[in-house]
Amino acid sequence: MKPAAEEIWTWLDEVPDPEIPVISVVDLGIVRGVAWEGDTLEVAVTPTYSGCPATSVIAMDIETALRDRGIGAVRIKTQISPPWTTDWLSDKGREKLMDYGIAPPRAAGGPECCPRCKSTDVKRISQFGSTPCKAQWRCSDCLEPFDYFKCI
Amino acid sequence: MTQVDQGQLFEFLCRMGDNTLVLGHRVSEWCGHAPVLEEDIALANTALDLIGQTQMWLGLAAEVEGKGRSADDLAMRRDVWDFRNVLLVEQPNGDFGQTMMRQFLFDAWHLEMLKALTGSSNEQVAAIAAKAVKEVMYHVERSGDTVIGLGDGTSESHKRMQKALDLLWPYVGEMFVADAVDAAMAEAGVAPDLAELRTACDARVGAVLAEATLAIPEGGFAHKGGKTGVQHSEHLGHLLTQMQWLQRAYPGATW
Ligand SMILES: [Zn+2]
Repeated sequence: MKPAAEEIWTWLDEVPDPEIPVISVVDLGIVRGVAWEGDTLEVAVTPTYSGCPATSVIAMDIETALRDRGIGAVRIKTQISPPWTTDWLSDKGREKLMDYGIAPPRAAGGPECCPRCKSTDVKRISQFGSTPCKAQWRCSDCLEPFDYFKCI
Repeated sequence: MTQVDQGQLFEFLCRMGDNTLVLGHRVSEWCGHAPVLEEDIALANTALDLIGQTQMWLGLAAEVEGKGRSADDLAMRRDVWDFRNVLLVEQPNGDFGQTMMRQFLFDAWHLEMLKALTGSSNEQVAAIAAKAVKEVMYHVERSGDTVIGLGDGTSESHKRMQKALDLLWPYVGEMFVADAVDAAMAEAGVAPDLAELRTACDARVGAVLAEATLAIPEGGFAHKGGKTGVQHSEHLGHLLTQMQWLQRAYPGATW
């Protein structure tokens, strides 16, 4: 019997993002669809940034996770439209990011506060950070630098 | 809407993909060499975005061509005369200021081009543009800020930025000159009329350069021949020898 899409979504929610392992690929909002095409499970995945090197690793991780659950035929479909947006990050994912030390994206274009000491006195160092999806900020109170998951 | 000639569509897609490929490679040459760590990271991220966009453009180009070639084949197995990038992006890095000036002049055009392409009659072109435009907004914000910071900086940085602008300005015109391929794309609604991009571009470039206290060189001379492939500058060949070395020495090599 083929597992239902709902159940598959919960399995995928256990696949960690390779760059930020505290959130899942579902939290990140890059899994866009799960559907059976005959006996093949088609999973639509959208890349975060066009050149993100994690994209192929993510596809492999999803495939492996589903095979471990007994689904033999998996097809990963790359879907670029509509383009990924940080609006698709789950609320659970946003909280986990903050706990992990990465300030979650905000429409205002900057972090709400320092993930360490919660000070709102924060300054941008660079719009580009350790991965394409992050910017570098610094807290003026505890003086620690931190990552900000930038809006796109 | 007229039916678009597939050969011309292929040419157009190669132009988009070769621009991002060649500039992406140029910018990646900075990796490990930038003046400060943050700039090194920013340059590497910009290069990564551009190479990612290249995969989409050249991937679609290969599909449209229908000869079984892949994006990698197009990137790594074509020679100079088959490249369709504008001359601006193949110009050497020079110093950091020159690199950022080249980036800004390209970004200003790139952003307007991609914005227009999000409304393309070709759905795949529109989808790639919608993806890329978000990344390029960050590129132009940074390159513009850097041009302002360095232009309106010390007397030395100002001097170098003016020199970079004098050197690169004659390469701006090519991005706006339409030929038969551009005209066919515009007629089919695939791409915008290039001349129409000029107003928005000029406004941004003019405002940034004015704030940077830099003077736009006089005269309308424009170097041409890159996007038609008729006459690339000597620099592209040198770039390709480095970029394509592995695939030339070991054809078909994979990870
Ligand atoms: Zn703090």
